[in-house]
Amino acid sequence: MWIAYIKENKTVSTLIEEILKPELLDLEKRPKANALEHEAIYIMREVAAQFEKPVLLFSGGKDSITLVRLAQKAFWPAKIPFPLMHIDTGHNFPETIEFRDKLVEELGVELIVRNVQDSIDQGKVVEETGKYASRNMLQTTTLLDAIEEFKFDACIGGARRDEEKARAKERIFSVRDDFGQWDEKNQRPELFDMLNGEIEMGQNVRVFPISNWTELDVWSYIEKENIEIPSIYFAHKRNIFLRDGLIWSAEDGVVFRADDEVVEERMVRFRTVGDMSCTAAVASYADTIEKVVAEIRESKISERGARIDDKRSEAAMEKRKQQGYF
Amino acid sequence: MEVLKIATAGSVDDGKSTLIGRLLYDTKSLTDDKLEAIERTSKQKGYDYLDFSLATDGLVAEREQGITIDVAHIYFSTAKKSYIIADTPGHVEYTRNMVTGASTSQAAIILIDARKGVIEQTNRHFFINNLLRVKEVIVAVNKMDLVDFSEEKYNAIKADFEELMSKRDYADQKITFIPISALKGDNVVEKSKNTPWYNGETILEHLESLDLAAVSNVGTPRFPVQYVVRPKTEEFHDFRGFAGKVYGGELSVGDEVVVLPSMTRSKIKNIYFYDKEYQTAPRRSSVTITLEDEVNVSRGDMLVKAEDLPIIDKQLTATVSWMDSDSLITGGKYVVQHGVNKVLAKVDAIEHKVNPDYSGIEENVSTLQMNDIAKVRLKLNKPIFYDQFKDHRTNGSFIIIDSRTHTTAGVGFIN
Repeated sequence: MWIAYIKENKTVSTLIEEILKPELLDLEKRPKANALEHEAIYIMREVAAQFEKPVLLFSGGKDSITLVRLAQKAFWPAKIPFPLMHIDTGHNFPETIEFRDKLVEELGVELIVRNVQDSIDQGKVVEETGKYASRNMLQTTTLLDAIEEFKFDACIGGARRDEEKARAKERIFSVRDDFGQWDEKNQRPELFDMLNGEIEMGQNVRVFPISNWTELDVWSYIEKENIEIPSIYFAHKRNIFLRDGLIWSAEDGVVFRADDEVVEERMVRFRTVGDMSCTAAVASYADTIEKVVAEIRESKISERGARIDDKRSEAAMEKRKQQGYF
Repeated sequence: MEVLKIATAGSVDDGKSTLIGRLLYDTKSLTDDKLEAIERTSKQKGYDYLDFSLATDGLVAEREQGITIDVAHIYFSTAKKSYIIADTPGHVEYTRNMVTGASTSQAAIILIDARKGVIEQTNRHFFINNLLRVKEVIVAVNKMDLVDFSEEKYNAIKADFEELMSKRDYADQKITFIPISALKGDNVVEKSKNTPWYNGETILEHLESLDLAAVSNVGTPRFPVQYVVRPKTEEFHDFRGFAGKVYGGELSVGDEVVVLPSMTRSKIKNIYFYDKEYQTAPRRSSVTITLEDEVNVSRGDMLVKAEDLPIIDKQLTATVSWMDSDSLITGGKYVVQHGVNKVLAKVDAIEHKVNPDYSGIEENVSTLQMNDIAKVRLKLNKPIFYDQFKDHRTNGSFIIIDSRTHTTAGVGFIN
């Protein structure tokens, strides 16, 4: 570079000027990634401006980690103007919790944790039993109680429309009633960029800034931004067993395992990091972000294909959402 | 990779969901597990072909009735472009969803059943896409397999549609006709052997060839302030940044700007995106701007270039598309949200209703029902800073909020 400048016979002052000149904010270079990022930042700012008590729902998964980065960008140089909240099923991967606590400390934001175990202890929900027992459904009660406790009027979540058919119908600002319910047949139209956050007392809004992102978009963004994510997203050796063609973690004792389900060690990684009781692993050797992105690009199975909770029925997600699930 | 947003429009059973499913299938965008689910369900229902509509019809009620009742967003990519399709329902009562889908799209696909030809619904679909100034429209004459791929049938439908085109308001809209069978895959992705008389592009070929710069709406730069960033930290003690999205054109450091409504003049000092400074903020970038002078700016204010002022007025006339079950009434009071700015509005008069099937106008109306489209005069409690919709899609539109129910009850396109 220096040689080029010397050849062009530039003075030292023009040289310094050129080096200090701000670079071009070029949205055309990666048009899709940039369009999605700038749209998400716009949504984050609408939340901060339109609501009195917003919260960002943080699970420690890649989607909510992406939301945190977008929120940082939206309000820089100010701190993120709302707290993060984790609904802890008590069945989280330990790596996720460690990661969460480190991130919160770095950001200097408030973290609220509410536990599904407390809802069980209070007798508000009953733990599922049997082979497919999961705490995924129970989260809804804990979430709704927390929304009421803190009087949150907007909850930012990392749901994406490409994840599942019922989610494809979600608005960016999705109004929920007192009971957290989604009236899917009577949703507010969303036109152009305009987001209507007006609500009645007791109602709240679920906000989905990365609605239009695909799984690959999220991974590419994590790669481009060099965002740190929990280690379980990368290939590692794990004790697993096979059930219904899916790979289950045999560690941590959360998942019930029958005697005839044989444990073996395999190289696996997780594509989503939900509750351990309903998140299956995939066989993978992708141990770097570049390899993960390449693997997703080639993948023939959708992300939620490894979510046991969606396999319950054709309409599993829609039913959960009507009841207030995220 | 570029992103193209497409809205679909068609009547019940015209095969919109099937077309989208076919696009997904032929571009190999369906994952194995989704494909298996489609195969399984198709077999259960006793179909002897794959029912691709199952890939998109997400809600239980839709699957039960076999129709689409709400906008679904579907994503797929080719090596060249990324696509977002807003699958919008065809029922008369869901016109509002079509307006919604078209509002964020640069292209539209209108489906016509080759057996039925241009029907009243087709008029509406075309009217709405033309009203919303969607730049590219594909008219897909579907179910050609059911009319033996007849060129005469296709030409007759094309001629009927061209007659509609002569009535349109936005004449620069580009229209492309394609004969297809979504179910069998003719001219969707692959060229069909069944239509030797058709030399044009397939749907996907046409979408791939669209120049995005040409289908986007460019106007004069407008910067509505969303949020004032005041960090109040040691390091950024006096920082006052105005966060917002740039519409229409770009803004650069050093530009002379006017802050509306105060009409204060200043110059752009810095443009930030996250922790980096930039010389220029392009169209549709979400940036934070600081000004040379200490100016009082709050949410809802707008920065514009000194030489490109918008219209600043307390009254306006707009074409309103009503979307609520409660009617709009003359004399009624509503909240108007123009971009991020909210004002109170009173319906001064409904000048006339426009029949979206091109059958003319109706005068002497005092209320609007859901799905009505009308020219409406509004009085506002404060001036807003707007452009005409034909010059500026974002700064020329607003939503109407019912202040009792808080719902988005209508949308207006400023005349």
